[in-house]
Amino acid sequence: MSRDGIIGAIQRGLKRGPLPADQQAMLAARTALHHRHLIPARGQLDLAGRVALFALYVEREFGTVARLPNIEAVPEAITSYLANQNIAPSIVVSPHPDLEQIPFRDKPMLQVRYGVATAHDAVSLQQAFAGVAETGTLVLPSAPTRPVKNNLLPDTAIVVVQAKDILACYEDAFDRLRHEGAMPRNVMLVTGPSRSADIEQTLELGAHGPRRLHVLIIDGES
Amino acid sequence: MLQSSEAFVGNAAKGMADAGLQRALARAKPQFAKKRQAAVDKLPEFEALRDVAVGIKNHAIANLDYYLGVYADAVARSGGVVHWCSTAEDARAAVLQICKDAGAKTVTKGKSMVTEEIGLNDYLEANGIAPVETDLGEYILQLRNEPPSHIIGPAFHLNREQWEESFRAHHKELAPERVFHERRDILTEARGILREKFLSADVGITGANFLIAETGSSVIVTNEGNGDLTQTLPRVHVVVTSIEKVVPNVEDCLALLRVLARSATGQDMSVYTTFSTGGRRVGDLDGPEEYHVVLLDNGRSGMVGTEFQDMLRCIRCAACMNHCPVYGAVGGHAYGATYPGPMGSVLSPMLQGIEAAHHLPNASTFCGKCESVCPMKIPLPNLMRHWREREFERHLQPVSMRYGLGVWAWFAKRPMMYRLGTRAAAVGLGWLGRQRGFFSRLPLAGGWTAGRDFPAPEGDTFFAKYAAASRSARNDNSVRNK
Repeated sequence: MSRDGIIGAIQRGLKRGPLPADQQAMLAARTALHHRHLIPARGQLDLAGRVALFALYVEREFGTVARLPNIEAVPEAITSYLANQNIAPSIVVSPHPDLEQIPFRDKPMLQVRYGVATAHDAVSLQQAFAGVAETGTLVLPSAPTRPVKNNLLPDTAIVVVQAKDILACYEDAFDRLRHEGAMPRNVMLVTGPSRSADIEQTLELGAHGPRRLHVLIIDGES
Repeated sequence: MLQSSEAFVGNAAKGMADAGLQRALARAKPQFAKKRQAAVDKLPEFEALRDVAVGIKNHAIANLDYYLGVYADAVARSGGVVHWCSTAEDARAAVLQICKDAGAKTVTKGKSMVTEEIGLNDYLEANGIAPVETDLGEYILQLRNEPPSHIIGPAFHLNREQWEESFRAHHKELAPERVFHERRDILTEARGILREKFLSADVGITGANFLIAETGSSVIVTNEGNGDLTQTLPRVHVVVTSIEKVVPNVEDCLALLRVLARSATGQDMSVYTTFSTGGRRVGDLDGPEEYHVVLLDNGRSGMVGTEFQDMLRCIRCAACMNHCPVYGAVGGHAYGATYPGPMGSVLSPMLQGIEAAHHLPNASTFCGKCESVCPMKIPLPNLMRHWREREFERHLQPVSMRYGLGVWAWFAKRPMMYRLGTRAAAVGLGWLGRQRGFFSRLPLAGGWTAGRDFPAPEGDTFFAKYAAASRSARNDNSVRNK
């Protein structure tokens, strides 16, 4: 009832009835075309340029970045980062196939648990679907292998992103997502660690989400 | 909380006399403008993106009936439920029913201006459900029982001492002798208290910045991450939003996001921009089991096809109030409305009725700054003028003002009489004030002289001077041409 009432009121305002079938088809085609609007030039670079710009913007937004040659270097990068920050060496890791390849047994001092973060986990390791050079943004779609809580609950979020997955713009990332199937339940675009300026318009990091965001860029072979 | 704008004039005077508020305004105002300008300067495409954004919203509104239908069907396909609500009352009832069906005792809330518009918190409390605001600014306002004074910085009017005082008064379980050395300590205390609330809530309520027709997604934008915790941890997620937020597809939404954060906080992108589509999927390890959208009209459909249709483009960035000299002088509470500042002065007469809110379209100098910074190029001064016309038609101003305007109009339509009259006034006042050069009291100008002296006119009227200057210029030319 309400649906018809509201739609009817809009149509009265537009001084027409429901759109004729041919016009509906035109709008459906416009929607399905996924036409890109104007996209800023600054992210449209070659791979090396995109990776450099992405890293620059992550750091400008108060994140930190380490570039690693391959996934084997991840355990050492994590233990040294946590030691430098004076954080206990214990992490919850998303059950993602790429993260399951990481040779954590090389670092027996690092406690590793695969699964979903709880309120007691201080550090998480997440796998990014993509990075966006335009603003230094991580693309984190939900999946059984990528729980959303791991993006949010721990004080320190560490995220792995493959250099080859660092794209020019958000549109590139959504194209890839569409290629994989339906829109995921939850897609987070994350740009820097959590913050608030609600107290006297002064920026403070670590409001409700992670206080620290550390991004590990894996350059890969070649 | 539901508010009224009838007392605007008195409240504006109170705001200007409030030293704490004036301190907060002096601190915040230049920052908002500076940050926006810096973000705009860094993006050469910004001006062109504004035009793109305007085109997208105009297209969506011209086909709003179609896109809302597509959106609702997509939500249903993803396993969500849309609750269509014509009025604020319908929307409150819909949220309450969802909470009751979920057996909820406590609900957490992300920041949502639409829930302020419908007075949701008071209603839930009256029905035995405890709402907890989780945006830091909204949280302290809930402790202090105050409405927001700004749509993106709801508590910017508070100073640090007021934060500390409220936290001490309400967080009784913490040691009373604790010291807040810096702002971070206030933030850390709130984080600890609210973390417990997030984990124990039965229902999470968020707003939406955009709705995407093709996918049935709702999109929120936050910096704190509170919106994400609100919609991820409880068993039920309720989105409370309004019909004009729908856009056709993801690409349209991304184009709008590029102007939103820059216009609002001067960030290139807010920290968390999150797209939510339905409830938990097979195999998911977390996320809400139920996903509801309470879709509110509350008068918006009545703006379609009228002179106010442009207002439906608004994306709630707050650039207009951040740059408004009137907002900057009186603060947000004076407006007595959910939405303050220029955009509120256009929306509030629609929400409250022009009878209650007729002062607001007059709370503008028509300097045009709001329109010049609006990413959606909404002609705000023009829309306020339309409300002023309606106010005049309905005889809502005091008799003396209508009478004064009538007298002025009579003269304005008769240029000879106008010039004679102003000349007589200028000469007469000049003569009367010739001793002191100013008046500290003047009949019919009490509003002026209460605050400052009125200078006595010197010399001739503008018209007389202009005519004399034109005559002498003509003479000079004719001399030179000889």
